[in-house]
Amino acid sequence: MDISYYLYLSAILFTIGAVGVVVRRNAIVVFMCVELMLNASNLAFVTFARINGNLDGQVASFFTMVVAACEVVVGLAIIVTMYRSRRSASVDDASLLKR
Amino acid sequence: MTTSSHLVYLIALPLFSSALLLLLGRVADKWGHLLATLISASAFAIGVAEFIAMHNRSGAARAATQKIFSWISVGSFKVDASLLLDQLSICFVLLITGVGTLIHIYSIAYMSHDRDRRRFFAYLNLFIAAMLLLVLGDSYLNLYVGWEGVGLASYLLIGFWNQKPAYATAAKKAFVANRVGDVGLSLAIMISFAQFGSVSFAGVKAGAPHASKAALTAIGLMLLLAAAGKSAQFPLQSWLGDAMAGPTPVSALIHAATMVTAGVYLITRSNFIFDAAPTARLMVAIVGGITLLFGALIGTAKDDIKKALAASTMSQIGYMILAAGLGPVGYAIAIMHLLTHGFFKAGMFLGAGSVMHGMDDEVNMRRFGGIGKFMPITFATFGLGYLAIIGVPPFAGFYSKDKIIELAFNAGGTKGWILGIATLLGAAITAFYMTRLVVMTFVGAQRWDEKAHPHESPILMWLPMGILAIGSVASGFLFNSGNSLVNWLAPVLNANGIEGGKELMKPAVVSILALVAVIIGVGIAVTKYRSNVPVEAPENVSVFTKIARRDLMQDAFNEAVLMRPGQALTAGLVKTDHYVIDGLVRLVGAIFLGSAKGLRRIQNGYVRSYALIMVIGALALITTIWVVTL
Repeated sequence: MDISYYLYLSAILFTIGAVGVVVRRNAIVVFMCVELMLNASNLAFVTFARINGNLDGQVASFFTMVVAACEVVVGLAIIVTMYRSRRSASVDDASLLKR
Repeated sequence: MTTSSHLVYLIALPLFSSALLLLLGRVADKWGHLLATLISASAFAIGVAEFIAMHNRSGAARAATQKIFSWISVGSFKVDASLLLDQLSICFVLLITGVGTLIHIYSIAYMSHDRDRRRFFAYLNLFIAAMLLLVLGDSYLNLYVGWEGVGLASYLLIGFWNQKPAYATAAKKAFVANRVGDVGLSLAIMISFAQFGSVSFAGVKAGAPHASKAALTAIGLMLLLAAAGKSAQFPLQSWLGDAMAGPTPVSALIHAATMVTAGVYLITRSNFIFDAAPTARLMVAIVGGITLLFGALIGTAKDDIKKALAASTMSQIGYMILAAGLGPVGYAIAIMHLLTHGFFKAGMFLGAGSVMHGMDDEVNMRRFGGIGKFMPITFATFGLGYLAIIGVPPFAGFYSKDKIIELAFNAGGTKGWILGIATLLGAAITAFYMTRLVVMTFVGAQRWDEKAHPHESPILMWLPMGILAIGSVASGFLFNSGNSLVNWLAPVLNANGIEGGKELMKPAVVSILALVAVIIGVGIAVTKYRSNVPVEAPENVSVFTKIARRDLMQDAFNEAVLMRPGQALTAGLVKTDHYVIDGLVRLVGAIFLGSAKGLRRIQNGYVRSYALIMVIGALALITTIWVVTL
C-alpha cells in the first residue's frame, strides 16, 4: 500500500476539522474539530517519520499530544465558565470584543 | 550747541502727572484737573525760560541738547534718547504748552459736569508730554515715539465719550487712518537708516548731499505720507471730520492747534531732504494745494459748527503744507501760518465750545442764529479769530496767508500760476464758509427752540478765548515785523531770503488780489445767509452741494477703493484657508476615515470569521511558498 495515502487521509481530516471550526457554532464541536486538526497533523508527523526512517516526527507528535491535552483542560474550563455565565455554548455569543 | 540739563522736565512733568492721575483713580477726582493744569502751566514756564535763555545766546549756541540715556546700541548703530531744542522746536514748545495751558484752564469749566474729568485731564497731560517729545526728539526714532504717543492720546480723547458707539468708531477711524501714515514714517526711518546708517536729524542732514536722488525722493514721499496721515491731508484726510466726536477742548488743542500740524513740523524739520529732492517737494506742494481746496469746499456745506471748523483746519493745514513745499523760505512761512492758525483756530474752537455750552450741546448752525446778543464775549473773541482766518489786515491770518499766496505765485511758471490761483480761490472760499458760519451762528434771526437759554460762559472759559483772540490779532504782526520769525528760524531751515522762479506779481498786487477774493467770498456769504436760513437743511439742492455735504465722497471713495476690496481680499483669504488649506487637511483625514470604515467590517467579533481569515492566510502563505519553490 502506497504510504502517501496516509498523507491524503491526514489532509482530508485536517480539512474536515478546519471547515468544522469555521462553520459550526457550538463551542464543544468547534473544540472537537480543533482536536481533529491536531490529530490530522499528528498522523502526518508519524507518516513522515516512517518515510524518513527516523523518530523525529514521532517525538513531535508526542509534543502535539501534550499541547492538545493542556489545551483541552484550559479550553473546556473556559467553555464551562462561559456556559455558566451565559447559558449558551455558542461561539457567536462570545463576541464581546466587537462591542 | 549748548547742553542743557532741564529739557527733560518739559516731557517728564506732564508724563508723570498723567500717570499719577490715571493710577490714583477716583481718589484724585477732586484735584486732578488742578494738578494737570498746574503741570501744563509749569511746562509753559520752563518753555518761556528756555526761550529767553535761547534768545540771549547767539549763533550756533542757540540750539540746546540733552542726552537722557543711551537707547539703542547695536554695533555701529547708536540711538540716544536725547532732546534737541532749537529755534524751530521752541516755537512748537511755546505753542503746545501755551495753548495747551489755556485749554486746560478752559476745560476745567467745560468739563465740570463730566464725572470723568480727571481721566480727561490725564489724557490731556499725556498728549502734552507726547507732543513735546515729538518736537524735542533729536532723531526720527525719538520723534516716532512722540508721533505714536500723540496718536494714542488723540485716539483716547476722540473716543473719550466711548459709551456712544459712533464716537468710539470715530476714534477707531482716526487711529486706522493715522496708522497708514505711520507706515510711511517707519519706512522713511528704515530707508534713511539703510542709506545713511543714522536716523538722527544731524546724521541724515550730513548724509543727504551724498545720497542718491532716488533714495532722497523715496524718503521725502514716505515722510509726506506720514504727514498726510497725521495732518489730515489728501488722500488720508477723511478722519478729521469724525474726530470732532471728542470734547471741544480736544478739537481745539489736538485737532486744530497742535497735533494735526505735526505733519508740517515733520516736513519742515526734514527740510534738508526736501531741498535735495525736488520731486518730493513738488508732491508736497500739490498735496497741500489739493487739500486746501478740498477742505474749503467741504467747509461750505457743513451745518455742524465743529465739522465746518474741522474742514477749515484741513484747508488751513493744506496752506501750510503747500508753503512747506515751496522751498526754503516756504518752511518759515508754513511755521508762521501754523503759529497764527494755532491762535485763531484754537480760539474759534473754544468759541464753538462756548456756544455749545450755552446751547445744550447743540452743534447744528441752522438751529443757532442771533446768539451774538446773548454771548457778547464769545462773539467778540470768535469774531477776532474770524477776521484773522479770512485774512483781513492787520489780523494774524493776513500776514501769514498773504505770504503763502505770494510765495505760490512766485514759484514760477505754470506751477506758480496753478498753485497761486488755488491759494487765491482757497482764500475766497475760506472767506465764504467762515462768513457763513459766523452769520448763521451769531447774527440774524433766532432759530433755536423755546427750551434753549443761551448764556455767556464762565470766566474760566472766556479768559482763554480772550487770550487766544489777542494772539489772533497780534501774532501775525509780531512775526512779520522785520521778518522776525523768518530770521529766527533761518539757521535751522537754511532760508536766506526769498528765492525761486521769476516773480509773477508784486507783493502789493497779491495782497490786493487776496483782499478782493476775500471781499467776494464775504459778500456772497452775507447776501446768501443774512436772512431766511431754513432750520432743516434743504433737500432739493444741486448735486455739488450734495457731494460737498458728503465730504466730497471721501468716505464713499475709501469704502469703494479700499474697504470693499480689502474685505473682498480677506473674504477670499478666508475662503482659500477654508477650502484649500483646511480642505487638504480634511481630505487626508477623510481618506483614513473611509479606509478605516471599510476595514472595520472585518472586525465583526465572530471567532469563526477570524478562524476563516487565519485559514485563508495560511492557505495564501502555503500557496506562495509552493509557487516560489516550484
